[in-house]
Amino acid sequence: MPSPFEYAPAPESRSIVDIRPSYGLFVNGEFVDGHGTSFKTISPATEEVLAEIAAADDADVDAAVRAARKAYDKVWSRMPGRERAKYLYRIARIIQERSRELAVLESIDNGKPIKESRDVDVPTVAAHFFYYAGWADKLGYAGFGADPQPLGVAGQVIPWNFPLLMLAWKIAPALACGNTVVLKPAETTPLTALLFAEICQQADLPPGVVNIITGAGDTGQALVAHPGIDKVAFTGSTEVGKAIARSVAGTDKRVTLELGGKAANIVFDDAPVDQAVEGIVDGIFFNQGHVCCAGSRLLVQESIADELLARLKRRMSTLRMGDPLDKNTDIGAINSGEQLARIRELSEVGDAEGAERWEVACDLPTKGFWFPPTLFTGVTQAHRIAREEVFGPVLSVLTFRTPAEAVEKANNTPYGLSAGVWTDKGSLILSMASKLRAGVVWANTFNKFDPTSPFGGYKESGYGREGGRHGLEAYIR
Amino acid sequence: MSRIDVRKTYKLYIGGAFPRSESGYSYEVTDSKGAFVANAALASRKDARDAVVAARKAFGGWSGRTAYNRAQILYRIAEVMEDRRPQFVQAVAQSEGLTASKADQAVDAAIDRLVWYAGWADKITQVVGNANPVAGPFFNLSTPEPTGVVAVLAPQGSSLLGLVSVVAPVVVTGNTVVVVSSYDRPLPAVTFAEVLATSDVPGGVVNLLTGSAATIGPWLASHMDVNAIDLTGIAGDPALATDLEVAAADNLKRVRRAPAAEPDWTLDPGTEPMTAFLETKTVWHPIGV
Amino acid sequence: MSSSPTIADPGFDDVTRSEASLPRFLHGLPGVDQVGAEARAAGLGTRSIKTTAKAYALDLAIRMVDLTTLEGQDTPGKVRALAAKAMRPDPADPSCPPVAAVCVYADMVATARETLGGSPGDSRVHVAAVATAFPSGRAALDIKLADTRDAVEAGADEIDMVIDRGAFLSGRYLQVFDEIVAVKQACVRDSGPDAHLKVIFETGELQTYDNVRRASWLAMMAGADFIKTSTGKVQPAATLPVTMVMLEAVRDFREQTGTVIGVKPAGGIRTAKDAIKYLVMVNEVAGPDWLDPERFRFGASTLLNDLLMQRTKMTTGRYSGPDYFTLD
Repeated sequence: MPSPFEYAPAPESRSIVDIRPSYGLFVNGEFVDGHGTSFKTISPATEEVLAEIAAADDADVDAAVRAARKAYDKVWSRMPGRERAKYLYRIARIIQERSRELAVLESIDNGKPIKESRDVDVPTVAAHFFYYAGWADKLGYAGFGADPQPLGVAGQVIPWNFPLLMLAWKIAPALACGNTVVLKPAETTPLTALLFAEICQQADLPPGVVNIITGAGDTGQALVAHPGIDKVAFTGSTEVGKAIARSVAGTDKRVTLELGGKAANIVFDDAPVDQAVEGIVDGIFFNQGHVCCAGSRLLVQESIADELLARLKRRMSTLRMGDPLDKNTDIGAINSGEQLARIRELSEVGDAEGAERWEVACDLPTKGFWFPPTLFTGVTQAHRIAREEVFGPVLSVLTFRTPAEAVEKANNTPYGLSAGVWTDKGSLILSMASKLRAGVVWANTFNKFDPTSPFGGYKESGYGREGGRHGLEAYIR
Repeated sequence: MSRIDVRKTYKLYIGGAFPRSESGYSYEVTDSKGAFVANAALASRKDARDAVVAARKAFGGWSGRTAYNRAQILYRIAEVMEDRRPQFVQAVAQSEGLTASKADQAVDAAIDRLVWYAGWADKITQVVGNANPVAGPFFNLSTPEPTGVVAVLAPQGSSLLGLVSVVAPVVVTGNTVVVVSSYDRPLPAVTFAEVLATSDVPGGVVNLLTGSAATIGPWLASHMDVNAIDLTGIAGDPALATDLEVAAADNLKRVRRAPAAEPDWTLDPGTEPMTAFLETKTVWHPIGV
Repeated sequence: MSSSPTIADPGFDDVTRSEASLPRFLHGLPGVDQVGAEARAAGLGTRSIKTTAKAYALDLAIRMVDLTTLEGQDTPGKVRALAAKAMRPDPADPSCPPVAAVCVYADMVATARETLGGSPGDSRVHVAAVATAFPSGRAALDIKLADTRDAVEAGADEIDMVIDRGAFLSGRYLQVFDEIVAVKQACVRDSGPDAHLKVIFETGELQTYDNVRRASWLAMMAGADFIKTSTGKVQPAATLPVTMVMLEAVRDFREQTGTVIGVKPAGGIRTAKDAIKYLVMVNEVAGPDWLDPERFRFGASTLLNDLLMQRTKMTTGRYSGPDYFTLD
């Protein structure tokens, strides 16, 4: 029912952000032209064109790798850790200083609510740089030998779901360990990476230590395949991850992959039920479900399933979908037309396979890419919507009877990135955690990230860990 | 007619404020050549008592902050010190009789040492803590926790780098500290306290007493609400160090013994200055349905 | 939707029958995870309420205030001044609505009633009285009931009682239950409507959210019309997460029984900004049905002036100052 307490529009101002009409590549400390076919980045909420973005062709990729190599050989690998640390601390501080600008830009380019980019993404980005800055001069204490050495040049390809945060997860540990980087942001979300390049300039980071090359899939492939890099770090789809794993076979390139997931969020009958509902909602609707570790399968103990679903639907009905820059928006836009088409397609598969769809009633704006928070009940493991990653605000609901059955169903997937467990019983939490084949287990919480906490998957969700002491291993030898 | 300068009064730093000694006593501080510089407060046992009260009061809040928060605060201290670099260089040169370039190096090293320790706040747990693979269906985790209020006798020689090197490792992990500065060279310590007061460090986390480690030390060593004591400042006085260690045994304080001579502060400190003031807590929990 | 019952809800007779069954029921309620609950409350606090929404919220908040004076030094003069302010909070602006009630000690009820006029039950500013050896609750039951009857006879519309926290924390739930039932009985009038009963938990002493959930169910089963966080005499008093747990309880109770119980956070709510956060929480946790002075109140004193100042800023566009509002 409509509430008499209607929240009026509360828009965050766009004026802090200065989007240029066009952007070049950031190579060797300055912005240069790209020689591939430039492309446009749009706001997924309104479809307005934001800027024209350069594309790096093979020659551009080569130039960037050479710049990174030169900076590595001449400057960065010779610099004592405590001085490298100070650059990273500077970057962290500037991110804090420009935090609102970064958050607004991220929301405009990605479509995620300003509330999330402001309260989650950007603060966590600053924290990552702060944390890894502190490792730069302490690598001998990290448990990987007395004097770990960097690998050299890292080629890093990141996705569109947490553009700046994924950049931080890649660049901070790489630089802390003494590597230089060439990073390719996702095609639909380049703007905060380009602003980050400016921040590197403000921090007086030596030229070539960080290089940002924009482009599409072919730029990423060229980077990964380049013989001049020592390390590949990729976050994205499992399909592309497998292609990368094949392409580095037989080389000396080290590789870490952070890929897809189909996490089970397991709710037992003795769960703290109101917090479990919050955790389910956060698990699949945070960031519009564009989260590799999203709790996209709700496994609810059969004895409480009806009650939990009623509460869940009631809670979902208070979710506000709309303008990402409105401070009261909970659910923003789907990042692109392609992604929206995929979500719709898989949802139609869900209907066709006999699952029952329920969605929050909301007015969808005429422009932009929107999908209402949706859940499917009556789903079983045999359904495609229980197996395939939707990467959207779509929750598949399955039931279980016993802990053993929950574990079996949770693990019955090629993926293994994350899982959630909701119960008041401590031993059960630990028992489930020990049996779940997932790199991250959240108990009585979900989607919690911290620079000190390692993140990464089992099985086809990838290998390697980002964050924490463990996250250093990928960037040293 | 040249301008007459406004000379600073050097006071104690307790509970975030700058009181004079309750005794009303002060003592002459001279530069390395013996010329008068200032009168510094001469801390009494009652000042020490008040400092311990302030440190205890601040402990719950400070140890309860996130490691990230403590890291940022220690980094902020470094930022403010860097901003006040010329003042510190002048103070260290004057106190220790160093050339300008040696004083520069000492101050640089002190700031960098703070930055080094700032980075430990959210890492020490990962380096000294761990899960333990016990032979049974139990989750078992060992983590370090700060011990509480730590008394520190700061080195007599190195007035800034040495001071930072004995204070930072104590507070970065969540302890609070009562520190007695170098008797002959207290002025950089007072300037350091002023930096602390303007760097978001909560009052009571660091309490600075200018005065004599030999006089104040015994009161801190025997204080039953002090959890640990660092005797670095009486290096080279083994008889006194023994007495203090004996007094400390009354409540089994953790004691960091005085070295034979003041160490070379430019060397990598390692983790021992931090772990000396950490307790290890091990928690068990069954794993089952 | 049924109104609140005058006796303990008979649907729970099996649960409240014995010393053994009541604890089993209360301890069987779902737990509250502290971290999750506090995070949800904090998240709701980030809602940005502007322009028309803010104007609505400010007016509603004013209408929900139980303007309170509970001091040993209260005099008839003080109570009269408070009552006058309750009726006309902003003398410079007649469009400003009156508050919901004045809240005073039982021996001041008659004075308050004199100033406010009317009789129990008619719709204008109500008189709420604290009773049952407020704030500590440490007195024999017959004293607490005499305290209650006194206030009722003096004309109170509402009684704010305190539970026996000692009994609750030592697990004597049935004793707490029986006391509430007895006080509810003492609110019954032979002629005229019964006084409504608010039950104060003193959440600062109960300390855990699990206890607050249990106390909420206990009070609702015993026939409370409102559940209330605190006396305002103990810190912490009302907080957003504690109030949220109580809003969840009344929501669930209505779901299960059809009965609507009100919620009153009291103490520590000083600014209009705080009050608006509470209203957002009411809106999104319990639901819009509770956006009504019959279902939600603020126990406050200084809050009112901040609400008036914010209201004035919305109408004039300028920040105001304390000189422009009465102390009372």
